[in-house]
Amino acid sequence: MLELSGSRALVKALEREGVSVIFGLPGGAITPVYDALLDSGIRHILARHEQSAAHMADGYARASGRAGVCMATSGPGSTNLVTGIANAYMDSSPIVAFTGQVPRAMIGRDAFQEADIIGITSPITKYNYQVRSASEIPSVVKKAFLIATSGRPGPVLVDLPKDVQTEVAGMEFPDKVEVRGLSSPPDPDPELLGRAAELLAEADAPFILAGGGVRISNAHRELVRLAELLMAPVGTTLMGKGCIREDHPLSVGVIGMHGSPLANTLIVKADVLLAVGTRFADRTTCDADAFCKEAKIIHIDIDPAEIGKNKRVHIGIEGDARKALVGLIEELAKRLKGERSAHWYERVKQVKAKLQNEDGDGLSPPRLLKRLRRLLPDDAIVTTEVGQNQMWASLHFKAYGPRNFITSGGLGTMGFGFPAAIGAKVARPDVPVVDIAGDGSFQMTMNSLATSVSEGIPVIVVILNNRMLGMVAQWQRLFFRGRYSAVEIRPPDFVKIAEAYGAQGIRAESMEEFERAVKAALGSDVTTVIDVPINPEEDVFPMVPPGCKLEDMMGV
Amino acid sequence: MKTFIFGTLVEHKPGVLQKVSNMFRQRNFNIESITVGPTEREDVARMTITMKGEEEDAVQLEKQLRKLIDVLEVKLLDPSETVVRELALVKVRADDWRARSDLVNWANIFRSRIVDVSPDAIMIEITGAPSKIDAFLELMKRFELLEISRTGITAMERGLNRIGLK
Repeated sequence: MLELSGSRALVKALEREGVSVIFGLPGGAITPVYDALLDSGIRHILARHEQSAAHMADGYARASGRAGVCMATSGPGSTNLVTGIANAYMDSSPIVAFTGQVPRAMIGRDAFQEADIIGITSPITKYNYQVRSASEIPSVVKKAFLIATSGRPGPVLVDLPKDVQTEVAGMEFPDKVEVRGLSSPPDPDPELLGRAAELLAEADAPFILAGGGVRISNAHRELVRLAELLMAPVGTTLMGKGCIREDHPLSVGVIGMHGSPLANTLIVKADVLLAVGTRFADRTTCDADAFCKEAKIIHIDIDPAEIGKNKRVHIGIEGDARKALVGLIEELAKRLKGERSAHWYERVKQVKAKLQNEDGDGLSPPRLLKRLRRLLPDDAIVTTEVGQNQMWASLHFKAYGPRNFITSGGLGTMGFGFPAAIGAKVARPDVPVVDIAGDGSFQMTMNSLATSVSEGIPVIVVILNNRMLGMVAQWQRLFFRGRYSAVEIRPPDFVKIAEAYGAQGIRAESMEEFERAVKAALGSDVTTVIDVPINPEEDVFPMVPPGCKLEDMMGV
Repeated sequence: MKTFIFGTLVEHKPGVLQKVSNMFRQRNFNIESITVGPTEREDVARMTITMKGEEEDAVQLEKQLRKLIDVLEVKLLDPSETVVRELALVKVRADDWRARSDLVNWANIFRSRIVDVSPDAIMIEITGAPSKIDAFLELMKRFELLEISRTGITAMERGLNRIGLK
């Protein structure tokens, strides 16, 4: 048995998990671990706020499919992680967070920098655990990664009292651990798959709704194969965007409150809806009861609690999305005979042709984002902030791969996009990573410029700068008679901000300047902030007003 | 609204009750009672959870419980196949002899036990189905009720059925 301190055991356990990078910020109660990290090959990326460290780990996880790791000290360090952990929880992203804690004997005495991070994060973690003896560390770390990445992924937090980090104990590093409360997902029920195939084979107007579960289970190829077999249009949720290349003839875009007109128009006409790896979020369905009311709904999800939670369905299939789609394709192949009627596909094409939306002129966000798409290689990764920028990106920036569009869907966290872009770039240094930002969101975590510059992680930030908290302003225009309350933000000079941090700052006031700026950014080895002033009062349309049905979409 | 009783086995360690009750609060379940105690296995505790709601609430509660890593097994108990019990301690003012003799009589009728007597008060221990305890407490309202402590429901299936670990 190996005699090691808790902190050395932690680092060794992380190495054994294949962890190559940690995003974090040190503090008193985690210093022993930071000392042990010095003797390890694991790269530590220093954040300037723990929230960003968590978002970086999240972006890293979504871009790579592997768990992202973040680290913080006790008390405020750990509570600063909370938003990032909640964000990962809502979007089923596997991150493992390590927090320092006051020494065991001090716990519960309101010690300096003590916070009950286990209590605080219980509702926003898949699992959390406070280590009470150093010898537990190897197995706890192994369990943490297993829980974070298996089934429906999610964040796990491990709290490490300072004296546990320094305690020396005999350590055993297991190759395998068992977590008895962690049930592995069942294989999809063949009988249900058969019934689902039956429904789909007989459908006149089948529609496939693909969620984030398709990306997580790497089922994008099977998704497209199934769609082609059925000649069924595929809409995605925001989390599923890119699971089908958005220039594919059967791709109709994102469904929802700011869904694409095409997707929202077609999904309500479906007679059979196949929903894969989605939880029927309210921003997707708008009015869950009215959503696809006439359709027969088949729901595939790895989390049985999602089946029937937000939406009653006709056939609920528990299991991994890829396995279920493979089974469904087999069952369908048996049942589909001869040519599919072209009637539904013709209708899809018609609606598609009719709904060629106007892009406005000048520096309108739709035009900018379509231009950006042309300037970036297919495999570029785009992250977004939250608000109008995000919905414009969802509508007008076509994603060409399942891990190429990274956004905060469930929690809707402003400030997510920039640190997530840094995390994604660490995972994929070979492709350009662009944060599509708003001036409001960017200000929430723009101090991550320091991290991107000093750690040499060049990303591109495109700020659609309307000098407003744009989405709130839009709601105030639409639903509060245009009375602006606390939305005019008079942002700082982002070019100077970028330069002050040692990054490149470019203002683009015409489409030509924008194109030049993006090209310069792509060729640069330092982070570039492109500030694009846009019309402060431009709305994101279409929109389904809150409380309305998809059919009530306005602004088409 | 119906009442549903779940028998669950959970990890026997600190913080598990907090995680379970936190989930109930967060997801807005209407919980009547939770009782916890050790089992025949040192590393496993048993929780009996009673909720009020509709059928689909019960289905959702069962699924959400299963998602918690510290919850090892969950079973919705069939009321007709389950023995359901609760214990209550009831303290009543009894400073005159008539009250005392009534109390003793009624306690006997309900097969409850007098567990403490002082010059001014009597404490009664009663065990049974919750409806029996409700009925007894209703009667006790004729006296001056000083204190009531109910344990909440614990339950076990009849015959060989049991909640076991896989």
